[in-house]
Amino acid sequence: MSTTVWLIPAFPLVGALLNIFFGGVIGRRAHWIAVPALAGSFLASCVLFANVVPGETLTTTLFAWVVAGDFETSVVAYIDPLTAVMLLVVTGVGALIHLYSVGYMHDDPGYARYFAYMNLFVFSMTMLVLAGNFLLLYVFWEAVGLCSYLLIGFWYTRPAAAQAGKKAFIVNRVGDFGFGLGIMWIWSAMGTLDYDRVFKGAAELPPATATGIALLLFMGACGKSAQLPLHTWLPDAMEGPTPVSALIHAATMVTAGVYMVARSRALFERSPVALEVVAWVGVATALFAATIALIQTDIKRVLAYSTVSQLGYMFTAVGLGAYAAGIFHLVTHAFFKALLFLGAGSVIHGLGGEQDLRKMGGLSSRMVTTTITTTIGALGLAGLPGLAGFFSKDEILAAAFVTGRRGIWALLLLGAFFTAFYTARMLFLAFYSGPRMTREAAHHVHEAPGVMTLPLAVLAVLTVISGVALGIPSEHGTRFARFLAPVFPVHDGGHGGFAALLVLVMAVLVFTAGIALAWVVYMAAPIRADAIGRPKTVVHALLLNAYYVDPLYDRVIVRPLLALSEFLARVFDLRLIDGLVNALGRSVVVWAAGIRHLQTGYTVNYALTMLAGAVAILAFLLSR
Amino acid sequence: MDAIVLPAVVLGPLLPALIVLAAAALVLGLDLGPRALPRELLAVTALAGMIGALLATLARWGAPGRAFRDMVVLDNYALFFNVIICYSGALIVLLSMDYLRRTGSDSAEYYALVLFATAGMMLLAAAGDLVVVFLALELMSLSLYVLAGLFKRELASGEAAMKYFLLGAFASSFLLYGIALVYGAAGTTNLDRIAAAMAARPRDPLFVVGYGLLLVGFGFKISSVPFHMWVPDVYQGAPTSVTALIATGSKAAAFAALIRVLAVTLRGVPPDWTPLFWAVAVVTMTVGNVVAIAQSNLKRMLAYSSIAHVGYMLVGLVAGGAGGTGAVLFYLLTYTFTTAGAFGVITLCERARGEAVEVGDYAGLARRHPMLAAALGIFLLSLIGIPPLAGFVGKFYVFGAAVRAGYVWLAVIGLLNSAMAAYYYLRVVVYMYMREPEGAVTAYAPSFAGGVALTVALLAIVLLGVMPAPFVDLAQAAVAPLLR
Amino acid sequence: MIGLPAYLILGALVFSIGLFGVLTRRNAVGILLGIELMLNAVNINLVAFARFNGDVAGLVFTLFTISITVAEVAVGLAIVIAIFRVRRTVEADRLDLLRG
Repeated sequence: MSTTVWLIPAFPLVGALLNIFFGGVIGRRAHWIAVPALAGSFLASCVLFANVVPGETLTTTLFAWVVAGDFETSVVAYIDPLTAVMLLVVTGVGALIHLYSVGYMHDDPGYARYFAYMNLFVFSMTMLVLAGNFLLLYVFWEAVGLCSYLLIGFWYTRPAAAQAGKKAFIVNRVGDFGFGLGIMWIWSAMGTLDYDRVFKGAAELPPATATGIALLLFMGACGKSAQLPLHTWLPDAMEGPTPVSALIHAATMVTAGVYMVARSRALFERSPVALEVVAWVGVATALFAATIALIQTDIKRVLAYSTVSQLGYMFTAVGLGAYAAGIFHLVTHAFFKALLFLGAGSVIHGLGGEQDLRKMGGLSSRMVTTTITTTIGALGLAGLPGLAGFFSKDEILAAAFVTGRRGIWALLLLGAFFTAFYTARMLFLAFYSGPRMTREAAHHVHEAPGVMTLPLAVLAVLTVISGVALGIPSEHGTRFARFLAPVFPVHDGGHGGFAALLVLVMAVLVFTAGIALAWVVYMAAPIRADAIGRPKTVVHALLLNAYYVDPLYDRVIVRPLLALSEFLARVFDLRLIDGLVNALGRSVVVWAAGIRHLQTGYTVNYALTMLAGAVAILAFLLSR
Repeated sequence: MDAIVLPAVVLGPLLPALIVLAAAALVLGLDLGPRALPRELLAVTALAGMIGALLATLARWGAPGRAFRDMVVLDNYALFFNVIICYSGALIVLLSMDYLRRTGSDSAEYYALVLFATAGMMLLAAAGDLVVVFLALELMSLSLYVLAGLFKRELASGEAAMKYFLLGAFASSFLLYGIALVYGAAGTTNLDRIAAAMAARPRDPLFVVGYGLLLVGFGFKISSVPFHMWVPDVYQGAPTSVTALIATGSKAAAFAALIRVLAVTLRGVPPDWTPLFWAVAVVTMTVGNVVAIAQSNLKRMLAYSSIAHVGYMLVGLVAGGAGGTGAVLFYLLTYTFTTAGAFGVITLCERARGEAVEVGDYAGLARRHPMLAAALGIFLLSLIGIPPLAGFVGKFYVFGAAVRAGYVWLAVIGLLNSAMAAYYYLRVVVYMYMREPEGAVTAYAPSFAGGVALTVALLAIVLLGVMPAPFVDLAQAAVAPLLR
Repeated sequence: MIGLPAYLILGALVFSIGLFGVLTRRNAVGILLGIELMLNAVNINLVAFARFNGDVAGLVFTLFTISITVAEVAVGLAIVIAIFRVRRTVEADRLDLLRG
């Protein structure tokens, strides 16, 4: 068992190292290393999944990592049903996306480098999930961020890609700063970072401390999972290759925040305030991003804002204490959002790199497999009854309704309406409405090769069956929730009866309304390309520019900071310090012999500064 | 006055330093030898000296020795620093072989001076007496002054040497004055006996002023604000291999002496100077990081960054105890490997039209020299403190010690600072990986020696990051006897 | 008999004069001379302490510092000459190529 656990990260690590060091030799054959590595990792995860003992947490230590006095942190795996589920998703979806990449990245000059980074990412992500203490979690939290940064900027010759990579890194640093602080606080408050001891000891924390820690941890989650106000990096991250968007920026890495909050629920539950903040940030993000997604014209940006919005749903669920529902949505979302991204990638591939919805249309007859699978994914996202997304979203809505949070429920319902609308809009514009691309582009449209359509098909099947198989509510929660029950206790009752029926009916209504409205706007009458995505009203312009958050940050934070730095370097160091020094120098001179002009050479200025420091130190010591 | 009694001559504890000095003499002797001798012989001799000293150091581990009436104390603490210093010296020699030939400054004096400076650093780390502190410091500094001005025809090099020399000598005079006052108050220059005298009369103004002046002198050598102003100028102007030595070995040695002097002499009645160190730590890291952001010259940027790192190390000193001080030792270890490596990459990159030191010169480096770019990238990521590299663990221990000692705000300020620092380090990475090359910079592929040096540094960074525990234990065990 | 404080005050005065010289000279050699004065002021202290503490170590230390001082002057003048050859000036405030 313990060896199996370490095999999961070991496969991709070895794959990454091979492709990094021998990439030049391996070249075009890189996938013969990377894809089997993922397959092996997936198999090991399946073995682990089959062997997870309900109600028992297993920890296995690889080696002691950091030891300071009585404090010790090891490289240790923490295995329970939640870990197993997460690992299955990461390695399973990861394997499919690796396979897909073989076709998608076919002609790329950085083929080996791409697979090296991807394997490195999967290694880091599996380690993040396996981590048995907060320090290890933090380490791989940073590592996945680094991989994300490398992959966003993969096509570094594009300035936008380079810029986006940097932005992702820096925005994440803001969140990570809070995260690191939270971990330090845990350490200073409890003297340990091990999950076991922290979660056991959480019950005795003073509520104020728990609130502080939980909020700081959540700050990290906001950065990693692109929640308000740190969401700005994710849409830009779409500059990376599309399989990267599917794996990292939809299915796995961005959900790490949700995972972390759910994992640390002992800390969060100690603080009602923190949970409330989590829930409301989730709601706000869900709505906010959904409205932006309504009118984006770049197919990947629609999906990116949709991801931000869906992550908001997950956080709402977690904030309401419906952890199983949040994680369930995480899983189904991984399936259908990866599917949507890969479908979009297939479209982009078929159109020779075109991402603009305005220049698509009429692809349904030319790309049959892609159309069918993507449609399934889109319906899954929009919430067609019977598909995965319907069940998982319904769980969240039901949780809000049952816990008496009608306001949150109503807002989420509104978000679901937006979701149905923008998903249908994207689908119609890309596949079903009349073609709007140039004749020449239309001529080249082709279906993707089998190596790309196979993952699409598998994910489509998963989208169809996972909801029915795992998500049908019962007296004791869904099957999925029952599996996770050792980690997240199931509260019996609440489902069934009038309330559940109401939630269900409303969800169906909202879904139908969203699709219907999109049909009326985009399908009922032929639509001209230039009519899409052009700002018509103030609200429209606001949405199109994503509420102007980026320019705002630029004005309010980035530019002043740079200006301050310039100021300090040029003015403070050269003028103010020199000025002070000169003043001091003058007093020395007056005291000594009355020479009127201090001869300021730079070396002398340095010496004067040193003298000032010496005087300050002596003054301090003598005052003691 | 007593008759002068010659102390028994015990050379054992001096062995590492003696090996280095012997190598220096040999290098100078070889230079007088026949012209037919290969020039590489000088560097190889110097390298052999460093490695010999390293082996002698490792052989003496756990067997502390004292010589010349406790003037030289070769305990585990000194040996720990010897490892840092020998490594730093060996790396500089490896990097210099190619660098000097390219710049036409290959000479026996260079290697001899590097060896003399290294011997000074080792003695500084092992100094059990203020006289030795001063002599070793001067041995090190005088060698470094000359080395900084090695490129005689370059304006910047000469200017760097001049500023370094004038300000260094200026600082030395403060240090010497401090030593004299402490000597006057204690009646001895031996650290242990000073401790006894200090415990008896802690408020003696001679002591207080003496210690203040000592702090000025050490503050200059470790380059803490406000004694930092020479650092950017000297680091930028000096030949890059020399910069690497100044930034790593000399800084480590100065820290070694500072920690030993304070820890040993003040252990009886530790005065509460925390606010002073607290403030200096905060100002040092903040000034270093903020000003680094505005730099476009890579060497200058690394200079300011090294000032910031001194601030982080001072955080460990504020935390104190075996935990905090041990963390500083470990931090110095990681910092030495990382910084020497980063400057090492620069020595391999400068050519074409003089020196490739502007950040813009590194645009697109990843395309043409992927290994070199990856190496510099990893060094910079370690300086940021990205796990699992050594820099992260170093920061973790230093800030962790501060938190545990109750200086939470200091740790918070440190974390804020390291977040800010990510900006300017990352800019270099962005240039290397995500910009098209501007103009023509020929980054020369590493020579064999340079490659060895960088590989060692990289392996050390990864090893220290993935398995730091044994090394931290060593550091804490080394420093613990001083604090008792 | 002149007491110890008198020597200490003399040392402090000479040190201050040297300090003053360092801070006011433009010429690198002048600055160097100031530094020499500071170092020798310390020697006064050392000798005085040795005399009044009845401890020979201070005298020995003085011998060391004198020789170090000489070495320092040699190195300093060498650097000054090297700079003069390239720049034709040894004014310290002309050396401002490196700054910022």
